[in-house]
Amino acid sequence: MNPPVAVGAPDRTGAEKMLALREFHEFGAYGARFLYMVPSAGVFRMDEVGDAILDALAAGPLDQDALVARVAQGHDVDRVLETIEDLTEIRAIGDIDAPKDQVPNDLPPADFPLNTMVLNVTNKCNLACTYCYEYGDDKIVDTQYGDQPKFMTEDTAEESVDFMLAESKGQPVAHLTFFGGETLLNFPVLQRTVAYARRRAAEEGKRVEFSLTTNATLLKPDVIQWLADNQIGVTISIDGPKEVQDGLRVFHNGKGTYDVVLPKIKELLQVHRSRPIGARVTLTQKNMNVLDIFRHLTQEIGFWEVGLAPVTTQDQRDYAITPEGKDDMLRQFEELAQEWLECSLRDEHHGFSNVKDTIEEIHKGVSKAYGCGAGLGLMGVATDGNVSLCHRFAGSPEHTLGNVRDGVDREKQEEFLVDHHIASKTDCHTCWARPICSGGCYHEAHVHYGDSSHANLHYCTWVRSWTHTCLEIYAALAEKNPKFLERFDA
Amino acid sequence: MRHLKAVNQKAARIEAYVAHEAAEAENLRLDVVGLRTPPHEDPTRPHFPRGCSLVFSPGWEVDSSGGTAGLCQPVERDIFDCHLSCFWPAHVPDQLNHAADWTGKCASAQKDWRKLDLIFP
Repeated sequence: MNPPVAVGAPDRTGAEKMLALREFHEFGAYGARFLYMVPSAGVFRMDEVGDAILDALAAGPLDQDALVARVAQGHDVDRVLETIEDLTEIRAIGDIDAPKDQVPNDLPPADFPLNTMVLNVTNKCNLACTYCYEYGDDKIVDTQYGDQPKFMTEDTAEESVDFMLAESKGQPVAHLTFFGGETLLNFPVLQRTVAYARRRAAEEGKRVEFSLTTNATLLKPDVIQWLADNQIGVTISIDGPKEVQDGLRVFHNGKGTYDVVLPKIKELLQVHRSRPIGARVTLTQKNMNVLDIFRHLTQEIGFWEVGLAPVTTQDQRDYAITPEGKDDMLRQFEELAQEWLECSLRDEHHGFSNVKDTIEEIHKGVSKAYGCGAGLGLMGVATDGNVSLCHRFAGSPEHTLGNVRDGVDREKQEEFLVDHHIASKTDCHTCWARPICSGGCYHEAHVHYGDSSHANLHYCTWVRSWTHTCLEIYAALAEKNPKFLERFDA
Repeated sequence: MRHLKAVNQKAARIEAYVAHEAAEAENLRLDVVGLRTPPHEDPTRPHFPRGCSLVFSPGWEVDSSGGTAGLCQPVERDIFDCHLSCFWPAHVPDQLNHAADWTGKCASAQKDWRKLDLIFP
């Protein structure tokens, strides 16, 4: 009468159960030990018993009785057992035979809303920066002789706004970023688009937040006033002091831009007080003095925040950052990060936005399936209305997901999401920094490997070192000024 | 979590999840599960309901002594489950060749099980 009985593996007793360390990354602050759990991205602080258990298991797996016997020499047995339970629950330790936590291989929901649309209102630029990904050696779209119109028309811009509002689904706020080329070359369309977006959003009971990136050469008093009046967030592309800026950020005739942009930026900073103004620096092998650049932009010019990013290019270019250059850049980032920490411990502002962004991700405990939101919560729109992964791919047929008139090709989007998922990046599966990096920038990968779904292996060491530094800073704040971290709660 | 401190938001969510799971397990432990062995007592083994059972599948009911004599429904009720849908082979008459109408009078096993009779070749 009885059916066959499938009997599970017998439960092992304390003496047989072998415990081992599982996946996490350790860091510390003021003598306290913290664990960054992988892949959950939870951050936990150890106490002395937790320390002793981790130390005991660091030498190799132990059965539970042996572990307790070893740790309990200086501690209460019940407390040791409870801490073993705690560590097991957060998966810092576990049965040696327990399978490794697999990367969940599920795609975002099909109705994932669009949060940010980047509108390339023009692909034309009045500068000729050597390293430009749009016009330089590594461009992926023929911006000069290709089919793309040089300027986005007002009609296309309005259709893009309609597309954005529809794709933002139930979200009450949509973000619209104007980009180029040089964005302000198409100022008339920009103005009309903002007005149109405001009106359309109001009709739908939504709100749109605007921002733009510009090289500052075309900032005139009326433009500045309009930006201030309309609360447009402004990011200025600028590389630093005169000799740095004039080295790579030049007009088509080769003339440097520093003397042209400086007075305009100062006026912008003076007039436009409704949103903080940030500087965006591209670092190359020829301008690597991060500390000088940062101080110049914050203290001498007066930017509220400065974000620095290494140039995206192939290794053979003379401005590509060498491995030694990356080490140097990291050392300087770490120095600025320490300054940021000291300011934050005193509740003072420090404008190094790179560290702030990473600290926010650590605080929230993000564990990403994708390097960024491109092709999902963020999309770029080319001048002809084609929708691509992000602004860096705008106009590239290979990376187009649809257009603003007909919408997104869901099959193509799904194919992209499958290809670029962390589960597909097997190189990343043993890296502890994967919750925060997830393989990195698609454009960087495309330029470097010819494949946007490739993990950016040439930055692994750098990303791990930088993430470790940011974790230590996070821990220091958690120890000495936890109230400061509440600003990242939202 | 008694001795580790959850520092970031994700850690707080993990802590809340662990606490929720522990509360669920405790609820299950305290649950009133009359006449059966609480399955969570030994999750590695299959669950055999004891005494009266709402599980009408063959072989899964035993009475309070572990046998079948004291069941409020006869084990014969199970015959169709064994015979028709269960992976467990049941010794039933050959309905294709020799006893095509063996179940002819038994429209509902629960009511008519007495009408199933032995077959003599």
